Amino acid sequence: MTLQSIGRPTRAEPAGATETKSLTGGRGLLQDEALIFELGGWEKTGVDLPDSDLDAGDLGDLVRERPIGLPGLSEPETLRHYVRLSQRNHAIDLAIYPLGSCTMKHNPRLNEKMARLGGFADIHPLQPQSTVQGAIALMDQLAHWLKTLTGMPAVALTPKAGAQGELCGLLAIRAAHVARGDARQRVLVPTSAHGTNPATAAFVGYAVEEIGQTACGRVDLADLGAKLGPDVAAVMLTNPNTCGLFERDIIEIARMTHAAGAYLYADGANFNAIVGKVRPADLGVDAMHINLHKTFSTPHGGGGPGAGPVVLGAALAAFAPAPWVTHRPEGFALVEHGGDTQSFGRLSAFHGQMGMYVRALAYMMSHGADGLAQVAEDAVLNANYVKARLAGVLSAPFAGYCMHEAVFDDRWLDGTGVATLDFAKALIDEGFHPMTMYFPLVVHGAMLIEPTETEPKAELDRFCDAVLALAAAAKAGEVDRFKGAPHLAPLRRLDETLAARKPRLRWTPDQDGGAVAAA
Amino acid sequence: MRYLPLTDDDRRAMLAVVGAPSVDALFEDVPPAARLAGPVDLPSHQGELEVERALAALAAKNVSGAQGPFFCGAGAYRHHVPASVDHIIQRSEFLTSYTPYQPEIAQGTLQALFEFQSQVAALTGMEVANASMYDGSTAAAEAVMMAHRITRRPKAILSGGVHPHYADAIATLARVAGVDVVHQAPGVDAEADVIPAIDAETACVVVQTPNVFGTASELSRIAEAAHAAGALMIAVTTEAVSFGLLKPPGEMGADIVAAEGQSIGNALSFGGPYVGLFATREKYVRQAPGRLCGETLDAEGRRGFVLTLSTREQHIRREKATSNICTNAGLCALAFTIHMTLLGETGLRRLAAINHAQARKLAIALAAIPRVEVLTPRFFNEIAVRLPKPAASVVETLARQGVLAGVPFSRLSPDAGMDDVLLLAATELTTESDIDALAKALIGACA
Repeated sequence: MTLQSIGRPTRAEPAGATETKSLTGGRGLLQDEALIFELGGWEKTGVDLPDSDLDAGDLGDLVRERPIGLPGLSEPETLRHYVRLSQRNHAIDLAIYPLGSCTMKHNPRLNEKMARLGGFADIHPLQPQSTVQGAIALMDQLAHWLKTLTGMPAVALTPKAGAQGELCGLLAIRAAHVARGDARQRVLVPTSAHGTNPATAAFVGYAVEEIGQTACGRVDLADLGAKLGPDVAAVMLTNPNTCGLFERDIIEIARMTHAAGAYLYADGANFNAIVGKVRPADLGVDAMHINLHKTFSTPHGGGGPGAGPVVLGAALAAFAPAPWVTHRPEGFALVEHGGDTQSFGRLSAFHGQMGMYVRALAYMMSHGADGLAQVAEDAVLNANYVKARLAGVLSAPFAGYCMHEAVFDDRWLDGTGVATLDFAKALIDEGFHPMTMYFPLVVHGAMLIEPTETEPKAELDRFCDAVLALAAAAKAGEVDRFKGAPHLAPLRRLDETLAARKPRLRWTPDQDGGAVAAA
Repeated sequence: MRYLPLTDDDRRAMLAVVGAPSVDALFEDVPPAARLAGPVDLPSHQGELEVERALAALAAKNVSGAQGPFFCGAGAYRHHVPASVDHIIQRSEFLTSYTPYQPEIAQGTLQALFEFQSQVAALTGMEVANASMYDGSTAAAEAVMMAHRITRRPKAILSGGVHPHYADAIATLARVAGVDVVHQAPGVDAEADVIPAIDAETACVVVQTPNVFGTASELSRIAEAAHAAGALMIAVTTEAVSFGLLKPPGEMGADIVAAEGQSIGNALSFGGPYVGLFATREKYVRQAPGRLCGETLDAEGRRGFVLTLSTREQHIRREKATSNICTNAGLCALAFTIHMTLLGETGLRRLAAINHAQARKLAIALAAIPRVEVLTPRFFNEIAVRLPKPAASVVETLARQGVLAGVPFSRLSPDAGMDDVLLLAATELTTESDIDALAKALIGACA
């Protein structure tokens, strides 16, 4: 044992053969944390409000008499509870978050600060427009950036997420067909598409038909040609597609689509690969949503809020939803009612995701036109670097360069007894969030890796080293390492079947956990 | 550029590993005609200082709620949010994490969502709640679609008290789903107007309490009428603080509750992002839209949480999904949950009582103004008044005097013939001097 001069050990003893477990179930600094319903009190509160003499006599039988069943905690307990919970999450700020198709990039804190300025955060959507000229100007500026980056003449800002953007785009397409007296029935979607594409088309009332893909991972033009017809309303395409490949026949796809009288809808989830380098308008796109929470770095927040503005071509612009920005002699105005226009209506209350507009514009202004092109280049370079480093060991279904994400299949795991899911869970033990698994559906046992441009080379190397080390372990027959993974996460593998078979979707007083009795 | 870690040396070294002569070579699949020769016509990159300066200048052109007396409501409410709420939601682990598809390393988000669902179910008096929707209006629209799926009937009847933006959002989805929307004429106390319209084709009635005019209603009779005809009742609430004082929809027979949760934990932010609350009966949960978090066990038998019943959702079911929704309002839901945890039952009840008390003071002050008539019979924290002249012009006049006097109903519904109706809300942030200033200004403007 190495000792200091006063006899205190400075180095741990070599670890023994047996695994040491704590006496309380704790794991070092990671505390077990109960639900607020098991921690809180029905009398306790962390907000000091005067106990006003409630006089609700005017409300009669409308007054809530029975207990609500809401536990309260003091402020220190609340902080501790949620900070402890936070420590059970992976986050971009901790390490690479290589989820393909999700674009988990750095979220600049300047954007957070700007969105919280009183002039943006503390304004009401329905206060007089004369008192929110700066906010409407900001919407106008954001619109200008989005239109310029895509080459499209119009943008509907209000969709609240990518899926609502798709809905917006398809509603505009539907309205355009109906306006011509040419209601159409079908929407064509490649097999590799995001699930939201067919779901949205079906939601809008279209029959969904899949377009096959070629051996090189791209739209099969012959199949597209065979399925296009006078009843096709739109072709929905992601470009770069979810295999991380640019649809090199895109201009021909657009020509064929337009020749059939249909519109080309682009899923802009992967715009990060081409922002500042390629304008979707130049590819023949008629409508495209842009996930501000992907390409333009508004935080994912553990699952929203997002924002999904939709750029529209000239043929569709007139059908955009209210509200929209106009310029008037006295200043900016928001047109909040479609009135006699061809607008398809309103998607939601108010004016969309202002807080996300501020963040996205702050990000765009920071990068500028030059920086955004560099974003796309570095995103594509990072993905190709990962692909090149892993390609000798993992099997890639498609040869050649990729765009912003690299897809591998599970052929290389054949005979190891390890499945894609196991491999992904083992990555957790190595300190990494797994890549997207089993998507796109067209690649067997898919592993889709999107590093984004904000990963330094050293982090990519650390990630690739871990993947390669695990791959070696899988090939060496260390099946238990994978089947039981994760071993070192806050929890072991969770039983999703149990959760679905006997759904427990809320805390109830009779649940185990020794809770305070509610109502 | 400060957000891009690669150096030129890195790029060269990486290209060598890739085996590409240049970055441009990686874009070889892009048709040459579509490749831009240079940067698009937008400004170049800027430092943090420059961006902050430009955006602060835009923010300064807006009149914020803190600058003077403020009475706007109509679906978005100005409340005090404890400082610790915003601190926690800005923690990296919450702010910069993705949807919790890998539950073993997302228990923080998942447990918070489970708490959120439990709180929302308790607040609304319903059996189950989902993990949030985009906002209250889209929650309401999805609720109508869900009622259509459950009943397989083609008609939705909306009361005249439903927020016009909500009615518009419902109509947009209903149109493509082949659901007829019957929207009753706007009326201050109009919820029961839906009853005579219920028929055998009716999938649901949509009622709101407190409604857009502030009127709080007992809905049981409406629920009974709907259920007798085999229809569902959807109850909408735009002011979540009201759950701390008013009988919840779940105690009045609601089948689905669609509510706006912004009031708890979330800033006004010019209308978004907000957080939709969606609650229903257990028997309908497999028809519900959106994400659901459920309890389960890990391989060692420890409690944990996962996203569940995802066979309803688009990433599994694709065109057969109950909704196309993917993203929800995770961080806004977290803010809601933290604020609600700080409040607890005691705090929420106090907060609701204060809101009601301030609104009563407001109503009394307004009723004392000549030619101003308070229209709302029973309210929580919001009232409608009739002015002797168009409300929009009065609001403009008062705005010039530094008073944000509320929302003219005509702003929401220009063709309703209710140009003289003004909607005003009071909250715990409303002071007596605010009310005095408003009354004084209104007396002048209405003279």
